[in-house]
Amino acid sequence: MTIKQISVYIENRKGRLAEATRYIADHQINLKALSIADSQDFGILRLICENPQETNEILREGGYLTRLNNVLAVSIADKPGTLAGILDVLAAAEVDVEYTYAFLSSKGGAYMIFRVTDNAAAQAALDASGIHTASQEDIF
Amino acid sequence: MLKRYFQPEIETMSPEDIKALQSKLLVQQVRHVYENVAYYRAKMDEAGVTPDDIHGVEDLYKLPFLSKSDLRDAYPYGLLAKPLSECVRIQSTSGTTGRRVVSFYTQHDVDLWEECCARAIVATGGSSEDVCQVAYGYGLFTGGAGLNGGSHKVGCLTLPMSSGNTERQIQFMRDLHSTILCCTPSYAAYIGETLKDMGLTPDDIDLKAGIFGAEPWTEEMRHDIEKSLGIKAYDIYGLTETSGPGVAFECEAQDGMHINEDHFLAEIIDPDTGEVLPEGSKGELVFTSLDKEAFPLLRYRTRDICVLHREKCSCGRTLIKMSKPMGRSDDMMIIRGVNVFPSQIETVLLKEGYAANYLIEVDRVHNSDTLDISVELLPDQFSDTMRDIEIREKKLAAAIKTMLGISPKVHLVSPKSIARSEGKAVRVIDKRKLHD
Repeated sequence: MTIKQISVYIENRKGRLAEATRYIADHQINLKALSIADSQDFGILRLICENPQETNEILREGGYLTRLNNVLAVSIADKPGTLAGILDVLAAAEVDVEYTYAFLSSKGGAYMIFRVTDNAAAQAALDASGIHTASQEDIF
Repeated sequence: MLKRYFQPEIETMSPEDIKALQSKLLVQQVRHVYENVAYYRAKMDEAGVTPDDIHGVEDLYKLPFLSKSDLRDAYPYGLLAKPLSECVRIQSTSGTTGRRVVSFYTQHDVDLWEECCARAIVATGGSSEDVCQVAYGYGLFTGGAGLNGGSHKVGCLTLPMSSGNTERQIQFMRDLHSTILCCTPSYAAYIGETLKDMGLTPDDIDLKAGIFGAEPWTEEMRHDIEKSLGIKAYDIYGLTETSGPGVAFECEAQDGMHINEDHFLAEIIDPDTGEVLPEGSKGELVFTSLDKEAFPLLRYRTRDICVLHREKCSCGRTLIKMSKPMGRSDDMMIIRGVNVFPSQIETVLLKEGYAANYLIEVDRVHNSDTLDISVELLPDQFSDTMRDIEIREKKLAAAIKTMLGISPKVHLVSPKSIARSEGKAVRVIDKRKLHD
């Protein structure tokens, strides 16, 4: 299973991130997870929230440059080596990880988000190794 | 032997004699162009002027203007006045076909150009005793070729360094005791900074003078360069259309540039009406090549705004002087010595799939030009990975570099984040203080 992630382009300008988060708050959007990647010039805000389609529309109406992607969310057991085990599986299946970040679900448990080059191949490899990938419903 | 002038008979000729010489040359030149350049003949016919109407410089105003768009329409051979078999050289500006200027030279044209540069070198105190380091770019660019030739004519030991590899420049400067440096003012400033970074001072080099042109520079920059290199810095003016550097040059008075008016007849016009303005007025500089054979432009509009003055100069030269250009009557910018039109950048953006919403910002940081281009990303161009966007920025910067010859810093920004204007869009912000 995959879940939806919204990416928002944030150019490196004073107050731009504050503006974006204020806009999200003003529209009563509750964020489940957030990650920021940045270079000297720009950043990408990555969001997981309950109603991704609707939130994406709202952000676009606000003039934000967004993209909706399917990403893998994997439940992570609270013990050493879990992440390494997942990455080993993906590496063996020759799936590249573009980026990854973690968050805690309010339903309990920790998840890691994986943005990979090939969702289907990653899914198949994780399934074969008995690693569960979460659906939107599992998280919310 | 130290000479004050390279060609005293010309450089100190009385204004009356210069005018008589110009008149004689103009009459011949108009006939040469009319007979050999169909493009200009058509312009003259349209204006109802024939060579018989031109008796001297007083009739110059009757001739039609040439502008950059004529060069584009006539590219590449349309303004050529000699068979290619008699041409020995081309020089060219950077830029695309439409904006590129390709200038042709016979041996006579190369000689007169090099003599102009030689006059500039001698005006800085140069002689056959000097070691002249030419750090302008060599190749199609006129800077290297012109000063290289001028240096030979003066008899200097010439170091054809071309630009770049700054530490090596300084190494040669020290090992071979260079006394004159020729390059763009921004490169001279950079050499000065590098000298300091290497732990050296002006006392460690033998430079006494520098001839710097191909881009606008201020008195403040002159002062910085003079201090950092321990030299006297001289300005030089020219453009590929007229031959290259050496059309005008500064003397020891460092107060305006003497125009080599035995070869280049200057006028100042109102850029809007084309009307010729009296001496001392500020307006657009127009040049007529009086004796170039292969590429003889008549009344070529340079788009540079400046003032002409003919007054007694302390150096003893009688040649008319032009002020440093004070601006442009078009939107051309000179960035790191390269001519840049915003439309060139726009062409690349559209070709690379971007919308024409962009902002060009030019600045000068530590005496070096910066070029920043902000471009709006289109929704379908946005990817959630940093790598994809960085690749986009690099690819666009490379495409712009291919077009202009200089590297920009590209910034991709959100849609609609570049201010829209009600009237004419503001596409360019030039923060450099180029004119005093």
